[in-house]
Amino acid sequence: MELTINGQTRQIDSEPDTPLLWVLRDEIGLTGVKYGCGVAQCGACTVLVDGVATRSCVTPVESVEGASVATIEAVEEDEVGRRVVAAWVAEQTPQCGYCQSGQVMAATALLKETPKPNDEEIAAAMTNLCRCGTYNAIAAAVRRAAAQG
Amino acid sequence: MNDLDPKAFDLPATGAPVNLSRRGFLGASLGALVLGVSLPAKVSRAQEAPAKIIPGTRVPAFLEINPDGSVLFRCPFMEGGQGVHTAFAQIIGEELDVDPARFKVEAAPPGPDYLLVMGGMRITGGSFSVRSSYQTMRKLGASGRMMLLQAAAKKLDAPLEELTTEPGEVVHAASGRRVPYGEIAAEAAALPIPEEAPLRDASDFRWIGKPVARLDAHDKSTGKAVYGIDLKVENMLQAAVVHAPRRGQEPGEIANRKEVEAMPGVVSVHALPGAVAVVADRWWRARRAVESLEVSWKEPEAEAKNVMPADFSSEGFKQQLIATPGPGLVAENHGEAATALEKAPKKLEAVYDAPFLAHGQLEPPSALARWNEDGTLDLWTPNQAPEMYQASVAAENGLKPEQVRIHSPLLGGFFGRHFLYHGASPYPQAIALAKATGRPVKVIWTREEEFLRDAFRPLAVARFRAGLDAEGLPEAFFAEAVGEGPTGRWFGRKPEDPDPSAVEGIADKPYAIANRRVEHVVVPSPAMIGWWRSVGHSMNDFFYEAFFDEMAEAGGHDPYELRLKLLAGMPRHKALLEAVGELSGGWRRGPFTAEDGTRRARGVAMASPFNSEVATIAEVSLLDGEAVVHDVWVAIDPGSIVNPAIIEAQVNSAVALGLSSALLEEVVYTDGEPEARNFDAYPILPPEKMPRVHVRILESGAPMGGIGEPGLPGVPPAVVNAVSVLTGERIRSLPLSKLDLTPSGA
Repeated sequence: MELTINGQTRQIDSEPDTPLLWVLRDEIGLTGVKYGCGVAQCGACTVLVDGVATRSCVTPVESVEGASVATIEAVEEDEVGRRVVAAWVAEQTPQCGYCQSGQVMAATALLKETPKPNDEEIAAAMTNLCRCGTYNAIAAAVRRAAAQG
Repeated sequence: MNDLDPKAFDLPATGAPVNLSRRGFLGASLGALVLGVSLPAKVSRAQEAPAKIIPGTRVPAFLEINPDGSVLFRCPFMEGGQGVHTAFAQIIGEELDVDPARFKVEAAPPGPDYLLVMGGMRITGGSFSVRSSYQTMRKLGASGRMMLLQAAAKKLDAPLEELTTEPGEVVHAASGRRVPYGEIAAEAAALPIPEEAPLRDASDFRWIGKPVARLDAHDKSTGKAVYGIDLKVENMLQAAVVHAPRRGQEPGEIANRKEVEAMPGVVSVHALPGAVAVVADRWWRARRAVESLEVSWKEPEAEAKNVMPADFSSEGFKQQLIATPGPGLVAENHGEAATALEKAPKKLEAVYDAPFLAHGQLEPPSALARWNEDGTLDLWTPNQAPEMYQASVAAENGLKPEQVRIHSPLLGGFFGRHFLYHGASPYPQAIALAKATGRPVKVIWTREEEFLRDAFRPLAVARFRAGLDAEGLPEAFFAEAVGEGPTGRWFGRKPEDPDPSAVEGIADKPYAIANRRVEHVVVPSPAMIGWWRSVGHSMNDFFYEAFFDEMAEAGGHDPYELRLKLLAGMPRHKALLEAVGELSGGWRRGPFTAEDGTRRARGVAMASPFNSEVATIAEVSLLDGEAVVHDVWVAIDPGSIVNPAIIEAQVNSAVALGLSSALLEEVVYTDGEPEARNFDAYPILPPEKMPRVHVRILESGAPMGGIGEPGLPGVPPAVVNAVSVLTGERIRSLPLSKLDLTPSGA
């Protein structure tokens, strides 16, 4: 099975029903993408599949065969992603940081699709959980990144 | 961790009174925590005090200055989001004279240099880190600077008193010469620790007290931050486990062992204490295999300890607490509460309860163990107390503590989760599997196993009685906190003393009520309990401050005005209450109609957690039977501060967790098992329920208090007090999601 991960074509030998999350973490070695719940509740595992924010913990790798996957490791190679990261730092968003890879990827997907989101669009796209409660800082960072786009 | 008083510790877990020196009993408490559950005979080993090392003084144990002038700081405290690594870079940088941005901070290994809490312990908890070590770390930084000055004096052949520093370099103004720290670091490190080193005057602070940027923000925004769950060592295998449904059950026959052993990537199948495990080349393969095992679980042996009864339920336990009569152990006693209560012209009483809560830190527990050829053991695992883990691991494996290297990674949230709780951590499994396979093994718990084996915030009940005088002012107050606290469970408790973690937030409130008595009615919990952010305060301030509003209402007083009146003699608290009132635009209880047409009300609460003082106001409306929290205003007085931006972030964080507990969270046990095993059935605060949070920091100059936890306890009572205004009914049980909230008169 073939997958494009952060612009590189990779051969995958995991079982076809293995969640994309564990292919990325254990087979490819991209541990910036996080395991939080395994049931698509928390969003710590969010990556972009062909540009769409996707919860990789419930995405069988076979279902994205041939797709282009972008992970947090490559986020700053993308112009929008770079802006999102800069806004995250400017707002001092992370606390423990464990959910933030997923949050940054969700925000990047949002701003690539909707460069100037209103508050409702931000709320609809930014649904990942944060146990540290950084939600206000996350929303501020998304608005900041959008304003600078 | 709670508001620990070292006096509470002079008991090991055996329950036998001991009379030891201060240092000795702290050693004993450490031993009790880690060894009371396993090998009490080894306590004496843990008590051996390290020779003549004064914690927090040996500069090279903490600081390494690199040739490029950057600084590595080995921090005694774990970073888990609370910003402690940045705070100590500010504190040390201020005195060492190095910009905090030039610091790299990592958790220090176990060792006697780092036992900085309560005169000889090392924990990251109790909101203790900065307040316990602020002065010590300032002095350490100043000592480091003095050593650099001395080394520079020699190098420049200039008198010490002619030298000064600017960030990162020693300056000899007379000759115009400058020496970067990086050039003299090795010479400086070899010098003896100076007896005297001047501290910078607070009026000259450049970084302490300023909103210095976190050191970890970029790494944590780009996936570069490495957590325990991410670690990998050469030749490592991975393991997944399934625990017995109830604690005390043991694995029996595995019907399909052979089939599972043949699954892809599987190395081996193991029966462990209270669990089964599969070791594989990759974690998902291990998980798939272990969850395919058909295991017969055997009921506990008669002599087994820490057994969860098969008929245990949280509802039944709550009823047991409600029905367990006093008298309890006296935690506070002023005046004659019983007599005054009897004589009072008006009386009221109420029973409150709060549920078990899960920590729910987003990083599931993991542990990576490696046995080395020389018989030593390396263990990487999230922890809040490395020396305690080291002692425990050593005792459990027949090693000396120095044969166990504990590596403490960044914590993906903790909130009290990573202390040593019996059977609540994967590290013994990783050690056993590494031994069995002869290779390093990393165990990761699934979220489902985490909900099954977390050590929960205790379920507790509080019974209140109050008597009001002719003016409707409280003159008699009697409270019983019913249940068990985590501090007594894990650190021991004198039989005649209440557990501070069971009564904090009810005892020693600041209000002027002449006759008051608070007791702890001890009822041990069959469930595994632990410290949870703000510990006893997380529920007790809800109980007390909600009952306070009942007293106000019964006496015909506005709850904010009554608080002000009863704090007339407490200037620090009164100022704080006035500050939060002002911050919120002036106290208004409501109900009132907001601009968007919703009917709203506000509630207020005070709390005194971890040596800080907090006043909280929440604004609430009702929608479809649920509470909507719009704004939370928090005034916090920690005495003095290090980083106002991190404080504001921590208050936001504590508000979120406090609100989550008030609105949504409850661990329900039936038949000895927690019902919810993931966030679908145990919802935690989602982004759409996050209120605006407004923070004001007051620096009264009182001794420095904690920051990580104090923002939490005021939130549930402020919210509940506001909701009660709208519904017209008192709410005495959490979470609110159990209730269908309808406006009064609707």
